[in-house]
Amino acid sequence: MVQTFEPKTDYKVVGTRPIRHDGYDKVTGRAIYGGDTKLPGLIWGVCVRSPHAHARIKSIDTSAAEAMDGVFAVITGADMPKAPSKLVDLGEGNVNFKWASNKLMAQDKVLYKGHPVAAIAAIDRYVGEEAARKVVVEYEVLPSVTNVEDALADDAPVILEDLVGDDLGEDVANTNMAEHIRHEFGDVQGAMASAAHTIEREYNMQMVHQGYIEPQNATAFWDEEDRIKVWTSTQGAFPARAQIAGILQVDVSRVKVTPMEIGGGFGGKIPVYFEPIAALLSKHSGRPVKMVMERTAVFETTGPTPGGKMKIKLGADANGKLTVAEADIWFEAGANPGAMIGPAAMCVYAPYEIPNTRIDGWDVVVNKPKTAPYRAPGSPQVAFAMESAVDELCEQAGWDSMEFRVNNSSREGTRRGDGVLFSKIGMEEVLEAAKGSDHWKSPLGDAPEGKTRGRGIASGYWFNIGLKSSANLAVNPDGTVTLTEGSTDIGGSRASMAMHVAEVLGLQAHDVRPQVVDTESVGYTDVTGGSRTTYATGYACWIAANNLVDVLKERVGVLWDISPEDVDFNDGVFSSKAEAEKTIGFKDLAEKLADLGGPATSTGSVDLESAGDGFGMHIVDVEIDTATGKTDVIRYTAIQDVGTAIHPSYVEGQLQGGAVQGIGWALNEEYFMTDEGSMANSSFLDYRMPTILDLPMIETVLVEVPNPLHPYGVRGVGETPICPPIAAIANAIKEALGVRLYSTPMNAGSILEALK
Amino acid sequence: MTTSSPSKVHIKTTINGQEHEILVPPYMSLLDTLRELIGLTGTKEGCLDGNCGACTVNLDGRIVDSCLVLGAEANGKEINTVEGLATPEGLHPLQQAFLEEAALQCGICTPGFLVAAKGLLDNEPSPSEGRIRHWLAGNLCRCTGYDKIVRAVQKAANS
Repeated sequence: MVQTFEPKTDYKVVGTRPIRHDGYDKVTGRAIYGGDTKLPGLIWGVCVRSPHAHARIKSIDTSAAEAMDGVFAVITGADMPKAPSKLVDLGEGNVNFKWASNKLMAQDKVLYKGHPVAAIAAIDRYVGEEAARKVVVEYEVLPSVTNVEDALADDAPVILEDLVGDDLGEDVANTNMAEHIRHEFGDVQGAMASAAHTIEREYNMQMVHQGYIEPQNATAFWDEEDRIKVWTSTQGAFPARAQIAGILQVDVSRVKVTPMEIGGGFGGKIPVYFEPIAALLSKHSGRPVKMVMERTAVFETTGPTPGGKMKIKLGADANGKLTVAEADIWFEAGANPGAMIGPAAMCVYAPYEIPNTRIDGWDVVVNKPKTAPYRAPGSPQVAFAMESAVDELCEQAGWDSMEFRVNNSSREGTRRGDGVLFSKIGMEEVLEAAKGSDHWKSPLGDAPEGKTRGRGIASGYWFNIGLKSSANLAVNPDGTVTLTEGSTDIGGSRASMAMHVAEVLGLQAHDVRPQVVDTESVGYTDVTGGSRTTYATGYACWIAANNLVDVLKERVGVLWDISPEDVDFNDGVFSSKAEAEKTIGFKDLAEKLADLGGPATSTGSVDLESAGDGFGMHIVDVEIDTATGKTDVIRYTAIQDVGTAIHPSYVEGQLQGGAVQGIGWALNEEYFMTDEGSMANSSFLDYRMPTILDLPMIETVLVEVPNPLHPYGVRGVGETPICPPIAAIANAIKEALGVRLYSTPMNAGSILEALK
Repeated sequence: MTTSSPSKVHIKTTINGQEHEILVPPYMSLLDTLRELIGLTGTKEGCLDGNCGACTVNLDGRIVDSCLVLGAEANGKEINTVEGLATPEGLHPLQQAFLEEAALQCGICTPGFLVAAKGLLDNEPSPSEGRIRHWLAGNLCRCTGYDKIVRAVQKAANS
């Protein structure tokens, strides 16, 4: 039985904006990130990488590298343990350890440019890089495919010879098509035939990268007991432990992962890359080994999010009610299966109530880096297609696109495209807030000469996962509380965890000292991802805090010689039910605990279904220079149902950061591939993420519809805000130019092309 | 082990007000010199090609990407890093404002932004929003969307 909670408003700590506990270390340079790890005897690891996107390895000669002074060990694919081909559930997505291993270090074939073929441990990175250049690899270059159409062509080269594709349950051999899924309900054909207005369009998107500023890194030591210690920047120490153990074929208890401070991830630091390789280099050298990835390799070899092709067909009746929708989604998975077509299918129609729908999705292997989750993986792509099609349908029928969204809004009881029924959601409240926003009510204003302006809107959705989390509490004699938890803090979550505990215990946020600890110091905790952390780990903290109250009531019972059931607790003060004037505060009690039974500790752990559905709408004003095609975002507002904002500053920050990643995706970012399957723009200079100079302030409207599945009403927040921006900008560009773009990026070149 | 490496360069440099006399490999960047030889890991590595600004330091009053400067070039120079911003009396107003305005999420770009923003306020105590955005355009942040960074610099300028 799932517990539900009534909404509250009389919070003391929830909703305030304390300074984050880890902030002081982060503004002074003291915080230790993965790349800052130092150990006695530490040496460096460096990879030798393939210059080809698809090639057979004929031979590898490492002798010259091994002979170099300062080189401690050289490994190749032959040194990788042989992991079985088996799917293992890692919480957010499955992993096949054979492919996961093969992705990190090539066996007989390289599958994407930059694919590691050997690794070297050396005294420093400079010697390691020199040694890497001395490794001689002979390749037989094979034809490569880098987009879904080429990969699915009849004569396409097969990338994974042992892949058995799953076509709606039928096995398919000799293919790059890993999976074909379908969701369908209602009478799609009949509804489409009887629709008064229909539209059918195709959309294309290029692969994009998470773009975290801290490159992947790992430090590992394989000791004499065959225990493997790993220090790394990861979004989940426990899932990293499971991957490392699975790839190295050792028991999980032999691997200890210490999560260091992490410099961004957005999903891209859920998979491991260097951790198993650094561990093997340590085994072969007897020294701790550190690896830090060069930026080119981050782009070329770590998890981007899929590009691909989508078709959307919509039908509506004469009154402007959506009656039917069809979607076909082809996503590029990269060099192994797993393009997140499942989540795309869950999200594509979510903001709308549509009685008849069909979704087909194809997961396609291509000669590019294996994709990884990126903030609402799959959802921004389908939102670009769906929200563009909705606007175009409205243009065609002469309907107001905001009112159309209101009239067709999803609500409690709406069936999502994959068949799930929504519980209490806030889409209607979001639309109401968008219509009431200052931005929506303000005129667009006149463009200066040579420029033209447009306003666009789009909705977005992410389902937000629950999963497993653990937390421990211990009372200190000075009345503070130590909190240990397992969620790596990627953006201020220590503060919201501490606030959960402080709210229960009647303390200040800073009376609770949160620590993110290693895999041997707290119970299992899933990734910081899926917008689950504040919800699920916060819930575990809430349980631990309530358990601590129970422990402390027993101590008060000892102190007053009464039963714990006769003790009340309110706002940090314990009182006797029988004698109301008999009270003791939390801090006074903490001081006495040594004589009342010793240390007071508690734990909390959860395994939860979902962090509540997250809906948002964004409004954007663009100004386009018709001579150069350059688009400037001149005003931007993100509106979202955030459940309850525990720390509103960091909730706003999620909306702002997600919106800006979406703006970059819309206007500039792409994997620009050469004919040989090489990414031509693998630097920050050429990949061109938004800078501070490209943007206006990002306004936010926090709509708070408390989630009944969390004690404080928390709803997942972080991923929804990257979903609306691409379509919102496409719709704004259409209004500004009178021309619609169906592909990303919508950069100056494509705008000039469209204006011809 | 040093057969493949040329001999080292002897340099004297002042880092955060303290003089250091060290031997630096001629090919080593100032970033690695600070992080690996001096032990100041507050200056971060993001790209090693001068495009992210995570390694920003102040070199004789100028804002530079320390990954594009050789350690040997620091000879006779004054370098200030994020570790030199706070004093025993407390945080620099920029550091305090970044905390109060929640201008960091993961925090990896924060040292670079702080050093760059201090360079701005040293030169222009009351910059406009436009000037702040121009000055900080060499520093990438992927988490915040920059809104709260602009507000933090404005707040520090007004304090």
